Amino acid sequence: MAMTMTQKILAAHAGLPEVRAGQLIKARLDLVLGNDITAPVAIDAFETAGFDRVTDGARIALVMDHFVPNKDIKAAEGCKKCRGFARRFGLTHFYDVGEMGVEHALIPEKGLIAPGEAAIGADSHSCTYGALGAFSTGVGSTDMAAAMATGETWFKVPAAIRVNLTGKKGRWVSGKDVILHLIGLIGVDGALYQSLEFSGWGLSDLTMSDRLTIANMAIEAGAKNGIFAVDDITRDYMRDHRDREWTAYAADPDAEYARVIDLDLSEIPCTVSWPHLPENARPAVEGAEIAIDQVVIGSCTNGNIADMAAAAEILEGRKIKKGLRGIVIPATPKIYMECIARGYTKIFMEAGCIVSTPTCGPCLGGYMGILAAGERAVSTTNRNFVGRMGHAESEVYLASPAVAAASAITGHISHPREIMEEGAGL
Amino acid sequence: MKAQGKAIKYGDHIDTDVIIPARYLATQSPEELAAHCMEDLDRHFTARVKTGDIIVAGVNFGCGSSREHAPIAIRASGISCVIAKSFARIFYRNAINIGLAILESEQAAEDIAEGDELCIDFDTGVITNLTKNAHYAAQPFPGFIADMIAKGGLMASIAGGAG
Repeated sequence: MAMTMTQKILAAHAGLPEVRAGQLIKARLDLVLGNDITAPVAIDAFETAGFDRVTDGARIALVMDHFVPNKDIKAAEGCKKCRGFARRFGLTHFYDVGEMGVEHALIPEKGLIAPGEAAIGADSHSCTYGALGAFSTGVGSTDMAAAMATGETWFKVPAAIRVNLTGKKGRWVSGKDVILHLIGLIGVDGALYQSLEFSGWGLSDLTMSDRLTIANMAIEAGAKNGIFAVDDITRDYMRDHRDREWTAYAADPDAEYARVIDLDLSEIPCTVSWPHLPENARPAVEGAEIAIDQVVIGSCTNGNIADMAAAAEILEGRKIKKGLRGIVIPATPKIYMECIARGYTKIFMEAGCIVSTPTCGPCLGGYMGILAAGERAVSTTNRNFVGRMGHAESEVYLASPAVAAASAITGHISHPREIMEEGAGL
Repeated sequence: MKAQGKAIKYGDHIDTDVIIPARYLATQSPEELAAHCMEDLDRHFTARVKTGDIIVAGVNFGCGSSREHAPIAIRASGISCVIAKSFARIFYRNAINIGLAILESEQAAEDIAEGDELCIDFDTGVITNLTKNAHYAAQPFPGFIADMIAKGGLMASIAGGAG
C-alpha cells in the first residue's frame, strides 16, 4: 500500500512493513525531549511510577530554556530537579545556562535529530524537526516520562495534507509569511490530527531556516507534525551538523492524501496574524493603523541566524521609534556569538534594541518582556492567544523578523519596503 | 463510572494559555494551578465551579502549548469531564494520561446550555441533559485507550507491562 512520508517513517520505527491512517502503533524513538517547564512534571511522573532507569540516556535531551536564567525561585527549583535527574541517569544531552539555547533551535544545531528519525518532545513546537524530514511531534509530560522509561511511545498513524509548493517568494517574504498565510487559509484546526507534508518544486526556494519556521508552526494549524521532503538543501544542512548516518524517506508517488493544497509562493504577501488566533492572517500592509509598544525578535520560530540577518538588514543605521521597546533574542549561544561576529548585535543596540541571552521568556508571557493591559506587540513568535505575552487585555501580532524590524522603526505594523524602498509609500 | 454536574460553557479554540497562563507554570502543584484555571478567559470560573461540574466547549479544545498543567488545573478545579466538539491532539493525549475524562460530541456541545444539569455514563458514553431531558451519544474511546484507562493511565499501564 502506498504511504505518505510520515507513514513510512512511522512504519520503519514500528518495525512494520506498512501502516495505514488511523492505525494505532508503538514506535521506537530516536529522541525524547523536555524543557524546564515540562520535564519537572515528567520527572515526578517517572519517579511516582517507580522507574529506576532510563532506556537510553543518549536519546534524551533536557533543555533549560523557558524560564532561564531562572526567573524566580520556583523556576530555579524546576531546573534543579532536572539537573539532579540528568546527573542521576547520566543523560548525555543536558543543556543548562551557558550551553542552553531555545530547544528547537538548539536540537538541530547540535545535530541531535536527522532525516528519517522519530522524536517526541514535551513541548508543542517539537514539530520543528520535520523541516529536516524527521517525524517529530509534541506530547505532554506523562508521555515524555513513559518514553524515557521505555524508549517508545504509541501513535495513531495520521492521514496527511499535502502542501504542493510552487513559485518563488517575493523580496521581503520568508518562511514565516508562508506559514501564517497557510494557517490563514486552513484555520487553527485545519490540519487537526493530520500531517502537513510539504513538497513540490517551490521547496528549492525555501532555505532550511524558512523550513524550520514553517514546520515549527504546523501545530498552530492543529497538525500532528509538519514534514518536508528531503532534498539538496536538507543534505547540505546535515553535512554541516551531523556526523552520523541517516535515512531519507520519500512519500510514495501514489500515496493518498486527505487534501492537497497548492501554494504559489510568489503570491504570498508579507503576512501578519492579528490577535487572538494565528489564523487571523492579513497582509502586513493592512496594519498601518496599528500602533505598537513592543517588538520581539527571536523564539523557536524565528531565532535563527537568518532571522537575525533579516532584522539587522532593516535596522542597520536606523533607530527604532522612541518609546518602543525592541527586544532581540538570538536563540542559541552559537547564534548569539555569530550576531556579535557579524556586527548584528551592534546594529541592534545602536538602533535602540536590547539583546537578551537565549530564552523563551516573552513568547509565552514568562518574563523578559511582559505586556501591560492595553499594550500591543509585534512579535516573531508563534502564538497570539489571549494573555499569551502578558495581560489578558494585551495584544500580540505575529510577523516575520523583517516585518517586526520595520514595525519597530515606524511604531506601527509596517511592510519592510516602507523602510527599505524609497518612495514605496504605504 | 458516572459524573454529574452543571455545564460551564465556552466557545471554540479554548487554548492552553487561557486554561492556565504561563506565568503560573513554574509550579507543579495541582491546587496552585487550579487557583488560576481559566482566569484570563473567565475571572469567575474558580469562584463558580463546583466539584462535578462539566466544561462544554466547541472545536479544538486545548489547542496550543503541550503543558500538562492545563488538564491538571482543570481536574484539580473539580471538573469531572470536558465535552467538546473536538480536541487538540496533545491535550487529548494529556487528559487521558492524567485521568481527566473527556468526550467528543458535536450534538451535546451544540445543544447544552450554560447551567444545564448533566449526567454522564462513561460506560455507555451517553450524556443525559437533566434540565432539557435530552440524551446525546459521545464517541467511545478506541479500545487501546480504553484499556490504558482501565489499567490506571499511561504510567500504570507501562509499569505493568515492563516485567
